[in-house]
Amino acid sequence: MDSIHDMGGMHGMGLVVVEDAEPVFHAEWEKRMFAMNNAITAVGVRNLDESRHARERMDPAKYLSSSYYEIWLDGLIRILTEKGFISEEELSGAVAPRPVSPPRPAMKAEDVDALMDKGGNYLAEEGKAARFVIGDTVSARNIHPAGHTRLPRYVRGHQGVIMDDYGLHVFPDANAHGKCDPQHLYSVRFASTELWGPEDGTKGDYIYVDLWDDYLEAARNAA
Amino acid sequence: MAHDHKHGDPLPETVLRVKSLESLLIEKGLVEADALDALVDRYENKVGPKNGAKVVARAWVDPEFRKRLFSDATSAVAEFGFSGAQGEELIALENTDRVHNVVVCTLCSCYPWPVLGLPPVWYKSAPYRARVVREPRKVLEEFGTTLPDDMEVRVWDSTAETRYLVVPTRPLGSEHLDEEALADLVSRDSMIGTKMAESLAKP
Repeated sequence: MDSIHDMGGMHGMGLVVVEDAEPVFHAEWEKRMFAMNNAITAVGVRNLDESRHARERMDPAKYLSSSYYEIWLDGLIRILTEKGFISEEELSGAVAPRPVSPPRPAMKAEDVDALMDKGGNYLAEEGKAARFVIGDTVSARNIHPAGHTRLPRYVRGHQGVIMDDYGLHVFPDANAHGKCDPQHLYSVRFASTELWGPEDGTKGDYIYVDLWDDYLEAARNAA
Repeated sequence: MAHDHKHGDPLPETVLRVKSLESLLIEKGLVEADALDALVDRYENKVGPKNGAKVVARAWVDPEFRKRLFSDATSAVAEFGFSGAQGEELIALENTDRVHNVVVCTLCSCYPWPVLGLPPVWYKSAPYRARVVREPRKVLEEFGTTLPDDMEVRVWDSTAETRYLVVPTRPLGSEHLDEEALADLVSRDSMIGTKMAESLAKP
């Protein structure tokens, strides 16, 4: 979806503000928010792309004025509510919590390190055949899906070169909406001047973006 | 991103809402309080940029390790016992005297946790995400990093589950330092690519 989270290239955001000796967390509530968002992955009620898509749907004005863990809070409540695992009435205490049956048991403290050391798996054994090979000149398609996508606006319609093929991966645009549609993921190199034009881009600089097969088409005037 | 309020000073309803959510998730058996404590402890005390610094220092002194790191970073980093969430598919990017790499996630906050820990606020902020793909040289200058015109800048936008670790160039005059002392020169920002590794203090 073309929302505020897709910020690459935007003007008006100001200078990058760096905090000296920044702590990992700034407050107790940030710690709890971070931990809840990770622990709940174990019960299998929402996947990574559903989680990202929930955050993207935050009210854009609020998104810009929120800290990152506030965005996580909004996203986690949104997805768990949509999936029927919690409700606003339960959160506010207006009704007693109703029991739920998640697919898997909750994360145990003693399993935290092993589970986090293992991580997730986004590779797929089978999927669509690769339409491109390393060295191909491609165009990022000019598409505007209303659902989740990892194709940033700033590359759409622009030409790049396939620099690497990372193999078959779960497709986020499908995975956020109950499907999987595995396909090849590529590293695509765009010239700065291709994306931002000869005046605002910098000749000799490049932007590398990881893009799935469905995001790409053969460049019309490829050499 | 917090233009309206500071990170340590959130809106009171945010703090309350986080508390309500935690109580509710615990009551429903979706999370356990001591697992939350363990997660916080892991990322506050065990997993951070010191991990990545060890990897970079090894790459500076051990040519065979360096080869393994650039051919399969996930396996090479696992030699140190660093692996897992938000680093399942790691790729190491080699800075040279001709090429400078810098990493961003324009769409959210993707960052290589096993080697760098959790990202700083600026990395997740609108200014960095918006600007570094369009004007990386200007952003880097704000970090005190001025790149020569003839150096190629490569910006890596982490739009997938691949996670990028920049391997900065080894500081001049560091030949006498051992791996442990070298790791002290490798800052978090040098592995994101907004800075160079620390130069040596004058004796």
